[in-house]
Amino acid sequence: MKILVCVKRVPFTGGKMVLNADGTALETRHLGFTISPHEECGVEEAVRIIEAVGGESVVLTLGPPDAVEQLRDAMSLGIDRALHLQTDAGEWDGQATAGAIVGAIHADEEASGPFDLILFGNESADAGGYQVGLRVARALGRPCATGLKGVKVDGSSVRCEQDTGAGRDVYVLPLPAVITVREGLNLPRYPSVPGRMRAARKPMTTLNRPARPEPRLELVRLAVPGGAGRKTQRLGTGSAAAPAVVEMMRTIGVV
Amino acid sequence: MSVVVLMEEGDPSRQMLTLARKFGAPLHGVPMDAFTPFAPDSVAAVLEYAAEELHATAVFAAGTDRGNEVMARLAARTDLPLAANCIAAEPGDPVQLTRQRWGGSLLEEARMHTTRALITVAPHSVRIEEGVQPLAVDVNRFQIDAKDQVVRVSEHVAPPGGGVSLAEAKVVVSGGRGVGSKEGFAILEELASLIGARVGCSRVVTSAGWRPHTDQVGQTGTKISPDLYIACGISGATQHMAGCKGAKKILAINADPEAPIMSLADYSVVGDLKEIVPAISAEIRKSR
Repeated sequence: MKILVCVKRVPFTGGKMVLNADGTALETRHLGFTISPHEECGVEEAVRIIEAVGGESVVLTLGPPDAVEQLRDAMSLGIDRALHLQTDAGEWDGQATAGAIVGAIHADEEASGPFDLILFGNESADAGGYQVGLRVARALGRPCATGLKGVKVDGSSVRCEQDTGAGRDVYVLPLPAVITVREGLNLPRYPSVPGRMRAARKPMTTLNRPARPEPRLELVRLAVPGGAGRKTQRLGTGSAAAPAVVEMMRTIGVV
Repeated sequence: MSVVVLMEEGDPSRQMLTLARKFGAPLHGVPMDAFTPFAPDSVAAVLEYAAEELHATAVFAAGTDRGNEVMARLAARTDLPLAANCIAAEPGDPVQLTRQRWGGSLLEEARMHTTRALITVAPHSVRIEEGVQPLAVDVNRFQIDAKDQVVRVSEHVAPPGGGVSLAEAKVVVSGGRGVGSKEGFAILEELASLIGARVGCSRVVTSAGWRPHTDQVGQTGTKISPDLYIACGISGATQHMAGCKGAKKILAINADPEAPIMSLADYSVVGDLKEIVPAISAEIRKSR
């Protein structure tokens, strides 16, 4: 089986959103970066499936030169090789991103055979466009199920469980297929030291830098919302605050 | 100058109509449950055909899981741009939008260059205008291709029974890194059982394997709106606040008075949660 998982490099935001000077991006000088949370589960799932049935797992990202960090992270967890669609700075909208990924998939499939399963996160942590996986699936003419918290590959099909808030809906898709997953699908492992050492030697292919198409959904500027406007009242310090807490709970009617 | 709207049960769809009607009239509604079992590509196909036939300027849906999914399928099949989770929208060329990023922790002002605007509206970000009622689209008039019926629900698995869900709980007692261990949650469980609350947690806790992901409050977990949210040993990262900002009141208990949550909450108590939480439980017992 050959599996592809697509990931996005996003900053760890911590407690406060701080924008750059022209307000078009987060100020990330003091932030670390990670694979977007849903996609961390996509990486873990791809590794588990290949561990179970054998074959090859591939990770792909579209992003700046520094995104090699996330590709190495994915390989340190067990992904076999990486494809990097390297971009300059600047925002890629969902259509442009999907278009470049489809091109990379076609090229890889021509060289080394078709992917049986392609995984995306349901939505990225930062832009939250909810669309790249579905656009890629459509362009490839493959079925797609979204927002999955359960995935089971069974021979020539994949059983997909989508959390609906009132239980789970099950879709069974014939392979090859595309799926988008959510955090909670699995508990991703931590990279081991030997895993990191192996990852440094795994193949990383930098693909011809694609030209960024004119965005059809064009970011103008970002803003930090005005907040919930809560005014904080200190109820006390240590266990001595307990009576004040219970009094507050009584006032708002929860005890 | 009509508009096609994808309708679901509940307030988010009614909120969506407030923005949709700015793009034209009349509104033509396609029900999300037009097909049984649910087949998202079939619904997207109906939206496409209806929008074509009616020369719609825009197609709108609520930014629910299903709304975003079906609209992305429509965007993919028509090769049009899609703006998800908007909180404001003005028609024109280009269309002017404000949309949520980072689960609502950041707003993006955007321009959409398109012949037909595809927009989902972030739930609970826009006021409902009373008396807006879309005309019903007769979905049976459209021929649905077999390939648009491949993806369909084949089975439903009922939720595990027992108690109220995290999303619907009136009070949630949550723990973060400060709880220290899986076992450390016992005092939160005790307080929760005394007041009929649900226990929640932050992302750090689920990543460490202390609690299941179903307990996670946050951007990538459950979004909650209880009367009271008690956050114990949680710093208040944007990832977490995106999930609990719907709470009517927030009480933060934290050893660090400088933690972000201590100025984002309505009430705060500084100190060791391992002393404070049992003291609150004891105080409740005493007062009964």
